[in-house]
Amino acid sequence: MSDKKENQHALSRGSRRSFLVKIWIGLGFVALLEFIGVATAFLFPGKRRVTADNFKTVIEAGPADKFPLDSVTAFVRGKFYLVRLDDGGFLALSRKCTHLGCTVPWVSKEKKFVCPCHSSTFDIRGAVVSPPAPRALDIYHVFIENTVVKVDTAKKIKRTEFRSEHIVYPESV
Amino acid sequence: MTQHEVAPKKLSVFQRIRYSVFPGTQRPVKDQRGYRRFFNSLILHFRPRTVPDRTLRLTLSWGLGGMAVVLIFLLIGTGVLLKFVYEPFPGKAYDSILHLQRDVLFGQLIRNIHHWSANLILIVVFLHFLRVYFTGAFHPPRQFNWVIGLGLFFTVLLSNFTGYLLPWDQLAFWAVTICAGMLEYIPGVGLWLQKLIQGGPAVGSATLSNFYAIHTAILPALVITLMPLHFWRVRKAGGLVIPGAPGEIKGTRGESVPAIPNLILREVVVALVLLACILVFSVLFNAPLESKANPGLSPNPTKAPWYFLGIQEMLMHFHPFFSLFLIPILMMTALLGLPYIDYNTDTGGVWFASPTGRKTAVVAALTATVATPVGILADEHFIDLANWADHIPPLITNGLIPFVIIFAASAGFYVLIKRKYAATNNEAIQALFVLFLVAFLILTATGMWFRGPGMKLMLPFY
Repeated sequence: MSDKKENQHALSRGSRRSFLVKIWIGLGFVALLEFIGVATAFLFPGKRRVTADNFKTVIEAGPADKFPLDSVTAFVRGKFYLVRLDDGGFLALSRKCTHLGCTVPWVSKEKKFVCPCHSSTFDIRGAVVSPPAPRALDIYHVFIENTVVKVDTAKKIKRTEFRSEHIVYPESV
Repeated sequence: MTQHEVAPKKLSVFQRIRYSVFPGTQRPVKDQRGYRRFFNSLILHFRPRTVPDRTLRLTLSWGLGGMAVVLIFLLIGTGVLLKFVYEPFPGKAYDSILHLQRDVLFGQLIRNIHHWSANLILIVVFLHFLRVYFTGAFHPPRQFNWVIGLGLFFTVLLSNFTGYLLPWDQLAFWAVTICAGMLEYIPGVGLWLQKLIQGGPAVGSATLSNFYAIHTAILPALVITLMPLHFWRVRKAGGLVIPGAPGEIKGTRGESVPAIPNLILREVVVALVLLACILVFSVLFNAPLESKANPGLSPNPTKAPWYFLGIQEMLMHFHPFFSLFLIPILMMTALLGLPYIDYNTDTGGVWFASPTGRKTAVVAALTATVATPVGILADEHFIDLANWADHIPPLITNGLIPFVIIFAASAGFYVLIKRKYAATNNEAIQALFVLFLVAFLILTATGMWFRGPGMKLMLPFY
């Protein structure tokens, strides 16, 4: 009888110990997760640098009349092309190829953007003419204040294909 | 007075220093041999006391593992030297390389050694990987060491890739840009991962400091941790796999010989010959350096580093979801799983498993040599599924359909080999391995030599 009791006692002590061990291991995992979280947060690019530059993100391109119809003007500082279509509308296209991120030059002879990396081509509106690029070129928000064209480069707008509502028209035209 | 008479000899200060550093040399000649044995035991902390005579054959290991170790130490040595001159900032990195090459004595040589060793180690570890596979040195108890080896291979690959960016020339900048672009296609976490690695929306100063930290701290630490683990598992498995002729009864280790001098001498010879070759090569050929990185101008053509050209070539034919995500993940899983397949026999030590294995391997190699170029050319010139079926998304026309065709063809090949040659699953799986291996090598060669401006197919040097 007493033997059995002792056994039970030992068992309960054992399970208490294993319970505590489990708690310790659990806490260890929590600590590990915390460490990984802190390391990731540390390494992940913060937003501070972007907000500090925010006031510079709106780029004044110039008066709308300055841009001839059916033309492409490169803005190196904003990393975009300001496109004026033949109907007078404006588009600000990102110069980054949507395939793998190469810089796409405007080939005026062919009237196309031709990516040198994997030969994707885009038309003047940024729509894909030939793959492998999966999407049309990204655009930036264009707005026209007092006939001056401005481009907000803070946020790139992703689009799968070209649609007419992407074009911004000057009011007077 | 008596004390002076007892002392045998008065030692000069130089002798006292010498004996304090090398206590054994003070002993009589007969004891010095014992001292030599003591010194050898230092080596024996790292190498086994005796090794099976048959594993010493060069045609078993080709000294590839040893070469990789030598290259790692060479890379760490030259890398530490380069750290003293290199400045990891976009405005300064390129100029610091120029300064290294022009003004620093032996600067160019040190960079050359680092560059060529880094390229060579990839080839050496790849050949080592093939050697281990084709001698069946992944059967129990070596299963997990195969996994550790793959980990080391991956670490070496990442080291190469992170080092690729550091010179900050056009080649480096754009190769890393398109490789970072590839991450975007990983579903779910791709964009997040890309931003984390780049440290921002595009390759820039944050990317450079990230890569520098990974290249000079994290990956070397990982290599130095994994390497001893890899060697220790070899020791635990009883040394290298015992080579044998096909059909030979297993379990005979044969005669063992002392590692000193039999093993050590061979290792030293391999190391010295390798060092001499690298030194001569580095004196003759300079590491490439193009013009300074210009984020506004992508060179034509822009290619990934050569070891990723196989993946880049796949990218020309498959939708990115398949070529950059699904196929690499499947291949990686298959490689990790290779030692855990339930095999018919343990073929450890036999090159290409058996005579049937040799025959089926050749058949697989020939099949891939014919099928891969035919596939590439057909896809380039004739097949345009995306245009034929306009309304179906490219994920299906350019991804799922070709993927299913290739998957079915590979499965058919496996069944065919098994039936026609009455092959065991060791031999049939090896044939599949060879099929994919040769296809990958041909894809890499195509990306390297047959892709010109605009990534168009063309003959090299033409």
